[in-house]
Amino acid sequence: MSDAHPHVAVAEQFDDAEQQHEAAGLGMWIFLATEIMFFGGLFASYTIYRNLYPAGFLAGSGLLNAKIGAFNTVVLITSSLTMAMAVHSAQLGRRKALIGFLFLTLLLGLTFVGVKLYFEWYHDYLTHVAPGFGFHPEGADLARIHALHAPLSAVELFMCFYFLMTGVHALHMVVGVGILTVLIVKAWRGRITRESHNIVEMAGLYWHFVDIIWIFLFPLLYLLGVTR
Amino acid sequence: MATATVTAIPTDTGIETRNYLNADYGLKSWLLTTDHKRIAWLYLIAITFFFLVGAIAALLIRIDLLVPQGLIVTPETYNKLFTMHGIIMVFLFLIPSIPAVFGNFLIPMMIGARDVAFPKLNLLSWYVFVTGGMFVMYAIAAGGVDTGWTFYTPLSTSYLNTHVMAAAAGVFIAGFSSILTGLNFIVTIHKMRAPGMTWFRMPLFLWSMYATSVMQVLGTPVLAITLFLVAIERMFHVGIFDPALGGDPLLFQHLFWFYSHPAVYIMILPSMGVVSELIAAFSRKRIFGYEFVAFSSVAIAAISFLVWGHHMFVSGESVYAGVVFSALSMAVAIPSAIKVFNWTATLYKGSISFDAPMLYALGFIGLFTMGGLTGIFLATLAVDQYVHDTYFVVAHFHYIMVGGAIMGYMGALHYWWPKMTGRLYPDRWARVAAFIIFIGFNLTFLPQFVLGYLGMPRRYAIYPAQFQSLNVLSTAGASILGVGYVIPLIYFIWSLRYGPVAGPNPFRAKGLEWTTPSPPPPHNFEQTPIVTEEAYAYGSGVPHSV
Amino acid sequence: MLFGLLLGFLPEASTMARPVDYLFWFCIAVLVFFTALIFATIFYFAIRYRRRSEDEIPPQIQGNLPLEIVWTVIPMGIVAVMFVWGTALFIRNARPPADATDVYVTGKQWMWKIQHSNGRREIDALHVPEGVPIKLIMTSEDVIHDFSVPAFRVKKDVLPDHYTSIWFTADRLGKYRFYCDQYCGMGHSQMRGYLYVMTPGAYEAWLHHGVQAQTMAQAGALLYNRMGCSTCHGTGKGPPFAGLYGKTVRLANGSTAAANDAYLRQMILYPGQKIVAGYRDIMPTFKGQLTEEEVLDLIAYIKSLGSKPGNTGE
Ligand code: HEA
Ligand code: HEA
Ligand code: HEC
Ligand code: CUA
Ligand SMILES: [Cu+2]
Repeated sequence: MSDAHPHVAVAEQFDDAEQQHEAAGLGMWIFLATEIMFFGGLFASYTIYRNLYPAGFLAGSGLLNAKIGAFNTVVLITSSLTMAMAVHSAQLGRRKALIGFLFLTLLLGLTFVGVKLYFEWYHDYLTHVAPGFGFHPEGADLARIHALHAPLSAVELFMCFYFLMTGVHALHMVVGVGILTVLIVKAWRGRITRESHNIVEMAGLYWHFVDIIWIFLFPLLYLLGVTR
Repeated sequence: MATATVTAIPTDTGIETRNYLNADYGLKSWLLTTDHKRIAWLYLIAITFFFLVGAIAALLIRIDLLVPQGLIVTPETYNKLFTMHGIIMVFLFLIPSIPAVFGNFLIPMMIGARDVAFPKLNLLSWYVFVTGGMFVMYAIAAGGVDTGWTFYTPLSTSYLNTHVMAAAAGVFIAGFSSILTGLNFIVTIHKMRAPGMTWFRMPLFLWSMYATSVMQVLGTPVLAITLFLVAIERMFHVGIFDPALGGDPLLFQHLFWFYSHPAVYIMILPSMGVVSELIAAFSRKRIFGYEFVAFSSVAIAAISFLVWGHHMFVSGESVYAGVVFSALSMAVAIPSAIKVFNWTATLYKGSISFDAPMLYALGFIGLFTMGGLTGIFLATLAVDQYVHDTYFVVAHFHYIMVGGAIMGYMGALHYWWPKMTGRLYPDRWARVAAFIIFIGFNLTFLPQFVLGYLGMPRRYAIYPAQFQSLNVLSTAGASILGVGYVIPLIYFIWSLRYGPVAGPNPFRAKGLEWTTPSPPPPHNFEQTPIVTEEAYAYGSGVPHSV
Repeated sequence: MLFGLLLGFLPEASTMARPVDYLFWFCIAVLVFFTALIFATIFYFAIRYRRRSEDEIPPQIQGNLPLEIVWTVIPMGIVAVMFVWGTALFIRNARPPADATDVYVTGKQWMWKIQHSNGRREIDALHVPEGVPIKLIMTSEDVIHDFSVPAFRVKKDVLPDHYTSIWFTADRLGKYRFYCDQYCGMGHSQMRGYLYVMTPGAYEAWLHHGVQAQTMAQAGALLYNRMGCSTCHGTGKGPPFAGLYGKTVRLANGSTAAANDAYLRQMILYPGQKIVAGYRDIMPTFKGQLTEEEVLDLIAYIKSLGSKPGNTGE
């Protein structure tokens, strides 16, 4: 049997720690595959409607604040970096560094969600461009929509997809934040050792995946209105 | 196969020895178990319940159709009946049936593992499944839902005031159970195989379970997102699918069938795996063309994602899309044909016995051939333009799902029941029931092909009088079929207590699962077995019974 | 004989029915052949090779590559035939002849409203002449329905906010059923009616029976004035309609569109989505102000103002 992970508790269905490690890794990748299909359905529907209502989606994109989006993108990319550092620290068994980086990642994640919630969604709600909650753009927003000859219903559809896609993404962020919290507590108590860093690695995979989704969402939703 | 390390089978394995059933007592030990074999029982109980509910709905449907005006219920209720029948049978019975019960019970045993890779996740899947089921039951209790199992928009999103949300939520939740089970199985088959158990030594059941799991993992999320969008449209009245609000109703159909076509193979592939096991065991031969049967499972899984448009030939999708989907649907039939021919060829020069499981397996081959070939009719554009959404389609899928998938499920139940419980059922009754089911089945659904050809539309609570005689025939068949299903229900329950002790290998079959005592001990194998033979190596002699 | 018996119940009443039936019966032949083959082989093997002693071990046969190839290629050949045959028929059935007579069908929970171009309307009934190609232009006011005429072997879904069409040439006098084949809510099973195939003479008489208020085009012309279309389209503020139908229209964004039924409908109900080159986006939407039938009247009126030949309205 393998000597790579001598002190890990091996669940009884596994022969050794290596098998356990590999099983967990494969499980995580398969989970991410289902996630890709999940988001894939959304992306496909989005693309179809974008072709159906080009003007409406252009106008809808104009309602978003690309600067805030860009800021959040930077926040997320940084958090991916700190997460990678956390995984690295875990592999080397550096407990303090691990806790530090996990905490940084957590903060960045919370920043992202906070900004999204307050500066974007809440703002959209106040300016009546949140779909389903009495959608009726006013002032400059309305003028821009008219300038593009966009039917209002198509703009609302765009906003609907925007809320759906970023909403599901944010839900994943929140789950990620929960996972990070658990990890921090575990690391604090010294439960994460060099040998059992596996769990940090899995969390890292998840976190990077959620970031990558955002990397697709950002241009798709925000930059559509900027380029033209 | 693989008797190398487990040579010393105790000759007198009464039920008294410690096994997974008596290792622990009490409700809690069942509801919190992580033993894959006990979880299989949890599923068996849950899906049997759902099957009974679905079957009662079927019975009411058939009784109502005895007269053209409807015998017992109003059209409104009739619509709810077939919707609940479809939703329950598909999502709460057939999709979980073989994977969740026999996949769970057998995958670890067949590969020589102590459990699945993630036992806690496995238990969680069951709770998720039951939660989903409860939502659907709530939808019924609260007054029902009448969308059809296909939830077509904009009817489901903007026009119905029934409990669409509860039913959709139930299907959505049950879907996650399906995803988690699939994930668990893929990892288990990849990483937990005993030493020497190479891919090409695996029993064919494992190949088909593997292909099924891949489809569950990749297809189900799309269904989830689709139902999610339906819910959003219903709640917020934004136009995703309703054209009155600016949406596209065909998009829903594309998304729905992108999942639901692969789902039909999620329903049939496990059954095909079972049939491979049964044919091998009861003709004491390795399956003819093992590799071809194995790869055809993979081919079916791969192509099945590319044919969804054949449900939409007359929906207004473009003619060119129709042509492409028609060609691909033809292609997906070829691997099925390969399987059928290989099974039949396995019988050649075999040593064939006619135990109840074998009768179901042979029934499967014949009825699946009929169901499958009528599927080819439907994939032929000009024919589908004629019989789409008539009883011809209803007959097609019942031939495959009842005549095929359920035959496989019944075969599996009869084959592995002694392993699961340690007891035998009365074989003569079992054979009688198999015959009754076969006769009743054909009497029920053969007339429906003719009804379809004559143009009777499906989902009709009230129908023109000219169709009555065939409908009466069909109902008569269904009542025979019903009797056929009730008999096993009785003798299985009887055998739990009074059945003769089965012994480890009553059918003298090959396979790691038969090398353990019946019922197996909590962790299946005392030591991890080492596999030295191919699957179905009957050439090296048959194991002893008892 | 079975064939004849079934035809007794369900006649072949259109020029399409016979070819579809030939294909169908070819499929049946394949079905019967393979089912018989499989059942017979199973029975034969099962009895011939039944287990004769409890410890019997049969010879082990691994497989046979030539056989595998044979039973892969033969089904492939058979499905190829079905595919080509079915596709050819389907494409033929999807292309209405240019001289087909238009009849307009509107589905609504749970009835079929039918309008002939001379303005004659009927509900849950459809009269057509024998031997004349008829094209149904269909739309729905609410959910998806499906117009199905088994005796003609045709059907097509009827969608809200879209036009779909089927065509047929009835070639057998009589009364046949049509159904709604797409589940559409409570009254789905009552959404059906009769189709009457008449001699052309009888049909003409039927069509002009009673005092027809106005043809569809006339009704459209009235709407054209009443709804104020004339204030723009008669004055140069909007494009003129003469010769529009069937033309290829240049759009402001550089692309082109064929002026068919679907295009006209879209321009009337969602004018902002496509802008004709050379005009400004000032046309108000008429969505919610016109029923589906009135839109069809307007389209009939625009058609009556002349059309480019060779258009199919598809
Ligand atoms: C387990 C379920 C299951 C399975 C396995 C299949 C298998 C197939 N199905 Fe079926 N189907 C359904 C369940 C299933 N179907 C359901 C539920 C619906 C209706 C949904 C709804 O609308 O509610 C449906 C509807 C459906 C339609 C749409 C009909 C319509 O609505 O108009 C079509 C069209 O192409 C189709 C085709 C096929 C084909 C080509 C196969 C093939 O995979 C079959 C392949 C098998 C064989 C071909 C048999 C073996 C053959 C031989 C041994 C002989 C030699 C072979 C040849 C000569 C080719 N099916
Ligand atoms: C796995 C899937 C599955 C199974 C097993 C069945 C089983 C049966 N189905 Fe079903 N069916 C579907 C899947 C299935 N069906 C689907 C997906 C639809 C489409 C729904 C839609 O249009 O949305 C459908 C639609 C459907 C229709 C068409 C309704 C319509 O379009 O109007 C009919 C009509 O005859 C029918 C009949 C039957 C019958 C007679 C059985 C028989 O096999 C059932 C046999 C059982 C019995 C006859 C009862 C046995 C009695 C007991 C077990 C005892 C219980 C009693 C007590 C305890 C008191 N089904
Ligand atoms: C306020 C002016 C105005 C009114 C009223 C108006 N239209 Fe228009 N219409 C236009 C203009 C301008 C265009 C060209 C720009 C565009 O495509 O929107 C147009 C385009 C069209 C077109 C496309 C013509 C082409 O050449 O492709 C159709 C069809 C049409 N209108 C039908 C109608 C009908 C039917 C009505 C009345 C029910 C109507 N319009 C009322 C201004 C008007
Ligand atoms: Cu209209 Cu069914
Ligand atoms: Cu399908």
